[in-house]
Amino acid sequence: MATLKPGEISMGTTIMAVEFNGGVVVGADSRTTSGPYIVNRVTDKLTKVHDNIYCCRSGSAADTQAIADIVKYYLDLYCSQHGEAPTVKIAATLFQEICYQNRSQLLAGIIIGGWDKQEGGSVYNIPLGGSLHREPFSIGGSGSGYIYGYCDKVFRPDMSKEECIEFVKNSVSLAMTRDGSSGGVVRLAVITKDGVERSFISGDQLPEQYLG
Amino acid sequence: MTSIGTGYDLSVSTYSPDGRVFQVEYAQKAVDNSGTAIGLRVKDGVVLAVEKIKHSRLLVPNSNKRIMTAGKHIGFASAGWMSDTRHLVKRARDEARHYYGTYKTEIPAKIIAERMGMYVQAYTLYSAVRPFGVSTLLATMDNNDPQLYMIEPSGQYMGYRGCAAGKGKQAAKTEIEKLDLDSLSVRDAVKEAARIIYSVHDSTKDKLFELELSWVCAESNGVHTHVPQDLFDEAVEYAENADNSDDEGDEEMEDDE
Repeated sequence: MATLKPGEISMGTTIMAVEFNGGVVVGADSRTTSGPYIVNRVTDKLTKVHDNIYCCRSGSAADTQAIADIVKYYLDLYCSQHGEAPTVKIAATLFQEICYQNRSQLLAGIIIGGWDKQEGGSVYNIPLGGSLHREPFSIGGSGSGYIYGYCDKVFRPDMSKEECIEFVKNSVSLAMTRDGSSGGVVRLAVITKDGVERSFISGDQLPEQYLG
Repeated sequence: MTSIGTGYDLSVSTYSPDGRVFQVEYAQKAVDNSGTAIGLRVKDGVVLAVEKIKHSRLLVPNSNKRIMTAGKHIGFASAGWMSDTRHLVKRARDEARHYYGTYKTEIPAKIIAERMGMYVQAYTLYSAVRPFGVSTLLATMDNNDPQLYMIEPSGQYMGYRGCAAGKGKQAAKTEIEKLDLDSLSVRDAVKEAARIIYSVHDSTKDKLFELELSWVCAESNGVHTHVPQDLFDEAVEYAENADNSDDEGDEEMEDDE
């Protein structure tokens, strides 16, 4: 089973993706750590792998960056060969194949969110063993453990784009306060047929909540 | 072919002075000796039909199929040498399975046509190999979108609304051009395909033949199969009646030896 090597940089993370009618919202905190030390407090864990497909990375920073680079290459190749954009399912399948085949060496929990012509918005989750799950919304990373209850209570399948943005913003910032390995800012991306809108909420603009 | 016999037709790796590769053209001739195969692409499906010429009465009926399945949604019909065909079907099945393994999505028609085209074309490049004596018809449904491709011995492949290969291809193409493929239903296309195969069959040269009919369409749940027996019988009846009004009455399969 893969564990972090001494000094390896980890993304003890909170990541999240939610489907809505016509697209997805993906979100993440921005903390990257090496042991107790915060290596980067404004990390971008939302990585573009194709025009309308993003992945949210958690686990080893090195592993997940490498996997995202490989998938990005395969998706570009797919696009040239097929003359059309890959579906989110195809991107998720490529991620899964790499995660599963190398599961003994990798520390990577990845959520894929994106928009395609066939399915509209869709979210896929690939947890540690390399299994693949399509879900209406998905949370991941060390911080997610603190917000399962909140998410299950608040989530509704028919939320609008704006409601989804609020949902992600609130959930991620709740996880950030309780999880020592999550923090910094909340980064968001809204992916629809019209493209991607990126935004971020700085640490002093986070939604109000009980801080202990 | 003026330069035949001058040594330019001995190898697939030699061009003739006027820029032809005779071995590839001979492979095409091998296809032209075969029983006719046709494909019709209509709005909600694709139909394949083959005139399987039988060289003996002792052959088991419905054996040695010339229409095969290369993947759940991929129909594969051929004109030409059956031994080469079986090799190409195996290749097509391998390609379809490999693609599914990578993308967990069924291979689209244009991709399998391209890959089979590339494979066939590679056999027109080296003196140690002979080009395939086969024209392949690929009929598929990609997400409810019917597609028909034909791959020739040269490796050339194209998408068609209707196509034909084999000895009756000229007559068959003329017949196909008369059809209104955009408005035809698959069931009607099956009947028309049977009619065309019967009409191009030359009973003076080849007495015995068997008709093969297959389809991929919504009614077959996007799966390629031979058509159901009742539809087959209906199509044969339609073909026989239409055929009789055409020219001389010819009965095949019956006892005129």
